[in-house]
Formats: sequence, structure tokens, C-alpha cells
Amino acid sequence: MSELNQKKSVPLWIQIIVWVCLAGLLVLVASILSKRQQGALKTGDAVPDFSMTLFNGYEFEGKNEIQFSDFSGKIVVLNFWASWCKPCEQEASELQEAYAFYNGDVIFLGADYVDTEPEARTYLKKFQITYPNGPDMGTKISQMFRITGVPETYFIDQQGVVYYVKVGPFISLDEIKNIIEQKLK
Amino acid sequence: MFVEFGYGVLVVSLIVTLYSGITAFLGVRKKSTSLIESARRAQLLSFPLISISSLTLIFLLVNNHFEVTFVYEVTSLSMPTYLKITAWWGGQAGSMLFWSWLLASFTSLVTLRKWDRDIEFLPWVIVVSAITLAFFLFMIIFFENPFSRYWLVSGNVVESMFKPTTTATIFTPENGRGLNPLLRHPGMIIHPPMLYLGFVSFVIPYAFAIAALITGRTDDRWTRITRRWTLWAWLFLSFGLVLGGRWAYDVLGWGGYWGWDPVEIAAFMPWLTGTAFLHSVMIQEKRGMLKQWNMVLIILTYALVIFGTFLTRSGVLSSVHAFANSPIGPYFMGFVSATFIASIALLIWRWPLLRSETEMKSILSREALFLLNNLIFISILVVCFWGVIYPLVSELVTGFKVTVGPPYYERATAPLFSALLFLMAIAPFSAWGHSTMQTLGKALWKSILASFVLTVSLFFVYSTNLYALTGFFLISLVIFATLQEFYRGALARQKTKNENFFSALSNLMRRNRRRYGGYIIHISMALMAIGILGIELFQQETQGTVAQGESLNIGEYRVEYRELASWDVRSDGVNYTRAVVDVYENGIYLGQLYPRIDYFFDAEQTMTIPGQRSTFRDDLYILLVDWKSVSNSGATFKIYVNPLVNWLWIGSLVFLVGIIFAAWPDKEMEPVRVKSSAKQTSAAD
Amino acid sequence: MKNYASRITHHLLRIAHYALLLTILFTAISFQFAYAQEDTPTDDEVNEVASQLYCPVCENRPLDTCPTQACHQWRELIRTQLAQGMTEEEIKQYFVDNYGDRVLAEPPRTGLNWLVYILPPAIILLAAILALQKFSGMDKAAENRINYKRDKKRSFIRIY
Repeated sequence: MSELNQKKSVPLWIQIIVWVCLAGLLVLVASILSKRQQGALKTGDAVPDFSMTLFNGYEFEGKNEIQFSDFSGKIVVLNFWASWCKPCEQEASELQEAYAFYNGDVIFLGADYVDTEPEARTYLKKFQITYPNGPDMGTKISQMFRITGVPETYFIDQQGVVYYVKVGPFISLDEIKNIIEQKLK
Repeated sequence: MFVEFGYGVLVVSLIVTLYSGITAFLGVRKKSTSLIESARRAQLLSFPLISISSLTLIFLLVNNHFEVTFVYEVTSLSMPTYLKITAWWGGQAGSMLFWSWLLASFTSLVTLRKWDRDIEFLPWVIVVSAITLAFFLFMIIFFENPFSRYWLVSGNVVESMFKPTTTATIFTPENGRGLNPLLRHPGMIIHPPMLYLGFVSFVIPYAFAIAALITGRTDDRWTRITRRWTLWAWLFLSFGLVLGGRWAYDVLGWGGYWGWDPVEIAAFMPWLTGTAFLHSVMIQEKRGMLKQWNMVLIILTYALVIFGTFLTRSGVLSSVHAFANSPIGPYFMGFVSATFIASIALLIWRWPLLRSETEMKSILSREALFLLNNLIFISILVVCFWGVIYPLVSELVTGFKVTVGPPYYERATAPLFSALLFLMAIAPFSAWGHSTMQTLGKALWKSILASFVLTVSLFFVYSTNLYALTGFFLISLVIFATLQEFYRGALARQKTKNENFFSALSNLMRRNRRRYGGYIIHISMALMAIGILGIELFQQETQGTVAQGESLNIGEYRVEYRELASWDVRSDGVNYTRAVVDVYENGIYLGQLYPRIDYFFDAEQTMTIPGQRSTFRDDLYILLVDWKSVSNSGATFKIYVNPLVNWLWIGSLVFLVGIIFAAWPDKEMEPVRVKSSAKQTSAAD
Repeated sequence: MKNYASRITHHLLRIAHYALLLTILFTAISFQFAYAQEDTPTDDEVNEVASQLYCPVCENRPLDTCPTQACHQWRELIRTQLAQGMTEEEIKQYFVDNYGDRVLAEPPRTGLNWLVYILPPAIILLAAILALQKFSGMDKAAENRINYKRDKKRSFIRIY
């Protein structure tokens, strides 16, 4: 390139600007791409703290709001669902049964992903779900977990680290239990 | 057996392509004509090879070989044969093979031409297209293999090209998933290949541009050789876009044809730079100016073609059109970056050689107006590019998604499109080199007056909307001014050549195909603008639930619900629910329309097909939204009145006429250069 | 005998006929009544709001045209909210709070989002200024033209 870099060639400062802009653009697109390819929060990722206001009639230790950091030391099963999601219905009763089975030793949470409240309530009532459930306001939690769809369930260990991600509905109660037993002492 | 054969042929074609690229490069280095000839032959071989591989895939598709993953994903037993063939480009892997096949055929057409004094371009054209083709073949062979199969490995179904374990057996599903019903529409069958044709043909002018940069030939040979390629590329791309719009209008059921969806924009962006290129190339040919700019445009067009393909195929964008998440993203990214960086580096290296031979003298000269037109196209590109990228940037930086939708694009592009219309009207009247306000005004005042009168009368009889009136003024100005230009030219010829007016007109047009084809395209654009203006500013809609015998009113129309029937057609795998409505306009019975909902069992997907009544004035567009299945007494309809939208489709037909006229092989023009350009075109046929 | 039987069936049919008519009439009246009482917002009013919102789960689909069950639910939600007397702005805000900024057709004009509105005009303006400079320098450039012509002649460098 240098052989022709005489008086008339592109001034150096313009060349620098061009290359910097180009590099910036490429880095931008590349980082977008790499973020997109990350997909859901992976096994081994620590879960950042979040809070969720529960639906009326649901509570956790007397409060209408949960704070994720309060759960440390316990296994947390965080399930994303929606009333319009057909596959979610397949696993709804199993999750409730699992919740009843562990009776407080394992925290079960339901985050209702983009939904309308009346339908969500009908859904919860239909499957007699009693574990804490709340709307994912502003899709903040689901975006934090980068969920790929519903249903999707995150198993978080006592240290607040994701140790299993289930995409799609559970087939049986045993499937849920097996995953929990891996980490339950 | 077929599967291994198809795959094997594909691998061979990759090797052949790599060989041709490398040999061409070595041929230049060692100044060896025989090496270059060998590269050329290898290049020519890639086309039949990829054709054989594609035919194998089509054979598998038509004969329901569901053990092949791709066949399983895009076909099903109930699909008719022609759809099974077109399913070739219905999925990611197949459409990439289709892309490669097109590229191989185009490159072969180019290498077959008589090179004569352009022989120095040949090896570099081969290198550039071989790199592109090899990249696509590489992606197909290693990541998006249309020949990979299902295998049964200890009870689990695994996807693999070859036997994954020694005990594995081939697994054949009983039926395929079937092509996405939205893609079974005739418009959708032609729309993707049109777009691909457009995309791929732009690779050829790009290859020549790069060849010109490398060899340092700074005259306009490369643009002259690729002129028709560019026109055809532009034709296919434009028509692909229009067909996509028509498909959306007929099938997607939202009363519109263009939703500023990121994937639509991804195809629109190369069109913008391509259009700018088409215009500015003329300045290079006529005035020896804007050489650097033309290089920038063709490089951008190529980069945007690949970038658009990357955006839609890597899972970076998700939309109705996008293919599912795929591992090819990073490779595409790498390829776009590498080619773009290399092109820019070459351009900067050769920048001094590409200086203009003449300087611009006047702001109203035709070349200045062309440059202005180019800047507007690039402005639209900036708006579009940022609109597509910003949601991704936001997600990256803040972690939250946002939508950049139609209001943004419409607000930003409407003044730019208006400015384009204005330029379209005045540019033909400005002279090369130098023009003044006086000369322009002298030539244009009749058209301006006519448009003004028309606009004022529209104010009284049609609409008082200021935007609409501005739009109509510009549109009529384009049409009047362009017609005046035809008239002026024919009149002048009539006098000098002593012909009658019509033969003068036809001779004039045939002797300047590109120019007058371009004018026809300008008129078509104005006609399309009428449709866009109508639907953007005057669209009316209403929705309501009515019982049988009741009506909905919209504008001057009354739509009365007669009856509804629902039935299965097992052979198609579809349930049809069809409503019958009577349409009245100001109390006069016009006829019946049949909006319907198709439910596809295999894909578990519905399609809302509107009942449409099109006239030059407006479209009545009725959608069946919902119905009460038990009592069968009430149904919900959504009705749109889309004024003037038909002009969009009329305009696109005129457009087709114009561009075919412009691109038509012509032996009369440019007697000196006719040899090479005519031969090149006959190769194109 | 046959005649008699047929007459009975005839009567029965007639009674059934009237009964059916009455039921239809009654349901129709009560239906209309209920309609009038609740003052349900019309589909058009609902669509007016929905068209300004984007479906939170599907990509790039305005809420008024999206055919899925979920979108249907959201439209019904808008209807309920309109019936409760919420304004258009309040409903939009409700959607933003619940489903995030992505339900708006354009990003809200806050923080980083300003880039959407500022960057393209800024670039276009910059290009326009550069172009204007070029144009305004046209006459001055005329005198240099002779020099360029001299350069032009050696611009054919061939590598191959």
C-alpha cells in the first residue's frame, strides 16, 4: 500500500477514521452475534439477584414479594410459563405435585411470561397451583435469563448457580425429582 | 446411495471451486495463460457438478425420502409434486444450495464470454466468484448439509451425514413436517428465487469491480461489461421485493404489503445501493466522474447482500422470515468482515487512480443531480441500517429489547422519498455539465403548471390532506415531466429525421434503451407511489361481529354476512372455513366475496386469506377473524378499504416493462463496443 | 288415520317452530340488552389502541393484526381496560410496565434510545454539509482542472 502513498493518496486521518468506523461496526455486530448465540443462561452461571411481585393471593413467608437473594442455601426451581402456552399445561400439575412433595425444602417459583392477569389466574386455578407465582413485569426476569421460550425451567443450587436448564415441558414428576435430588443433600 | 452421491458431488464441486480460485491466482502471479485457462475450465465444471447435486436433492424431495432431515423438514406426503420441487429453497440448507447453484451458473455465463481485450479481468473475476462460491459450498458441506440423515443409535434418533456408530440404522419418519403453509402460496414460491437471483447477480459486477481495482484499469470497462448484469440483478431484486409485498398482502392478512420488518429491510438495503449504483454508473460512462463512488457503491451492495443473508440466516434477527438459529452465524460474520475489509483496503490503495476526469461545474448539472440522488439513497440506507441494528444494540447495551417500527421509518424516509420524486422529475431536463435555473424552468414550466392544476383540482374533489397533496403534486410532476421528455425527444427526431411522430418515438426509444427504459421505470415508480400514498394516508378499517343477514359499513361499502361453511380436505391436510359476504356500494349490489381461514393440520398453523375486490379507486379487503362454531350464527370480520393500492401493482407491471425494455439486448447501440457487449448478453441468454 | 297422524306432527312442528322463534327472539333481546348495559368498547376502539402496540411474543407484528390466541387475550384486556375508563396512554403504559419497551412501535425517548432519533439525521446532515462544500467549491475547482487532466494520462497501470 505504501508504494502509492504519495501526495494524492487518501489522507492518513481519513484512512484512520474509515478503519476505526469499520472496526467499530464489525465489533458491534460480532458482539451482538455472540450474545445472540449465548442463548439461555447456562449451567454453571451465577444468577443475578432479582425480585418479583406475586399475584394477589400468593405469598412467600407472609410477603407479597420475593427477593431472589433471600433463597440462598436452598435449591430454587424457577419455572417460566404463560396461560396461552399449551405445552405448559402438560407440566403444570407435576410442578405443583413436586412442590407439595418437597414441602418447603425446595423453593418453587412460577414466573408468568407475557400474559394477561385474568387468564393467568384462570390457569393457576385450573391446575390448583399454590406455590409462589407472579407476573414477569416488563419481561425483566425472562430477559435476564435470556429464555428461549415457554415453558422453560431453571434449577438453581444452594449457592445461587444454575445447575440444570429444562427447555420444554417435563414428562413426569420423577423427571423433576431426579433433577432436584442431584443437589439435595 | 443417492444421498452419498449428492453429498460427494458437492464435496467435489468445492474442491473444483477451490482449485479454480487458486489456479487463477497463481496464473496471474506466474503470468501463465495455461494456468488461467485451467482455472476457467475448472470454474465451468462447477456448474454441472452443483446441478447434479441439486438434482439429487430434488429427486429425494420428490420421492419422499424422509430419512433425509431436510426432506423431512420441508415436505410431507400430502404436498403436490411442484411444491416438493420448490421446497428446494423452502429451508435453510436447500436455499443455500440454490444460492450456490445460481452463483455457479452466473459465473459460468460470464467466463464463457469472449474476453478479447478484457482478458486481464478474467482471473480476478474467477478468484472473486470462486471465493464466494467456495464459502457457500463450505457452509453447506459442513454446517447446513441438505443431505444429512436420521439415524437410530441405541433407541435415540440422531442427525448425521454418515453412519454415526457401527450399529446405527437409518431412521425413516413416516411423514414429513411439510412446508410452512405460508410458503405454499404461488407468490412465495417465486419470491425467494427472485430475491436470490437479484442477490447473486450483484456478485458479478462486484467481481468485475474488484478485478478492475486489482488490475488498476480505471476506465469504465468494468461498468460497461457488467451493465446488463446490474440491470438484470436490479430487475430480479426489485421484482422479488414487489412479489414479497404482494404475497404479504394476499396471505399474511394484515391489510398491508410492507411492514418495515427487519428481514424485509435486509433485502431492501442492497436494492438501495444497487439503485444508486445504477444511476451513478451512467455518470462514470458519460463524464468519467464518480469512479471512486461507484466502487464504494458496488462494494456496499455486495457487502449488504451477504450481510442481509447473514442477518436472516444466523438467528441474529428473529421475524416471520428468518430461519431458525443456526451455527453458521460466526462464519458468515467472518466472511462479510474479511471481504468488506479487503475491498475497502483495495479501494483505498487504488483511490488516487480513480480520480474524476472532469470536475463538477454546476449544482444543477445532471451529474450533480445524480450525485444528489445517490446521497438520498444512501441516506435512506442509513435510516434503514440503523433501524435494523438499533434493537440489537439496545439489547446488547441495556439488556432489553425494543422495537423500531413503521413510525420511525415512515417519518425518516417520507421526506427522502419525496426528494427523490422531485429529482426524478427535474433531472431529465438538466444538461450534462452545466444547467441553470432558467433553462430548467423553461423546460419544466408546462409540467409544473399541469401538476399544479391537477393538485388544485384534487384539493376540491379528493382530499384536503396537505401531505397527500404534496405527494400527488410530486407524483404528477414526475409523470408529466417524463411524458414531456418523451414528447420532446420524439418531436426533435421527427423534425431531423423526417419520420412520423410514432415511428420517431419508437426509434428514439429503441436507440436509447437504457435512457427511455429508465424513464418508463420512473413513471412506474410514480404510479407505485400513488398506491403507497393511498394506503398510507387514506386506509380505513373496521371490525365487528355480525349475525347472518347483518351488515358492517365502511366508507361507501356495506358488507352483509350471508353464510359460513367449514370443511376438511383430507388430501390437502387442510380445514377450510369460508364465509360468504355480499358487497354493496351505496346500496348497489356488487357481488360476493369469500374471506376464509385455512387450518393446516401438519403444521398446526392457520392462514387468513382475505376476500378482495380491487378497483383503480380502492381495494375492499375483508378478513374473517373469528366465527362462532356452535350456533354458526355470528362471525367477526375485519374490513379494510385500501384506496389506490392497485396502482402499486399496476406500477410494478409498468416497472417490469420498463426494465425489460432497458435490459433488452440491443445490437444497434454503440457500434464500437457492440462486439463484446452483445456477446456478453448472448451468453446471458 | 294416516291423515290424522300427519296433522299431529304438523301441529307439533308448528309449536316447535313458534317455540324456536320465541327463544331466538328472547335471546336476541336479552343479548342486546346486555350489550347496551355494559357499554362494551367496539372492536374498532380496541384496534385503535392495539394498532399502536406490538405483540410482546411474536416478532414485529402489531397487536391488532396478530392472529394468535395470546394476542386475542391482549385485545380483550384492552377492551376491559377501555371499559374501565382507562385512557389510551394509560393502557400503553400498562403494557410497557408489564411486557417491556418492546411493545411500543418506537423506543421511548429516553437514555440510549435517543440514539435512534439522533444518529441518522446527524449522519445525513454531515453528508449534506460535505456535499454542499463540494458543490460550493465547484467554481474554484475549475482552475485546477488542467492539472487533473495531466494526471489522467498516466492512470493506466496494469499489473497483469
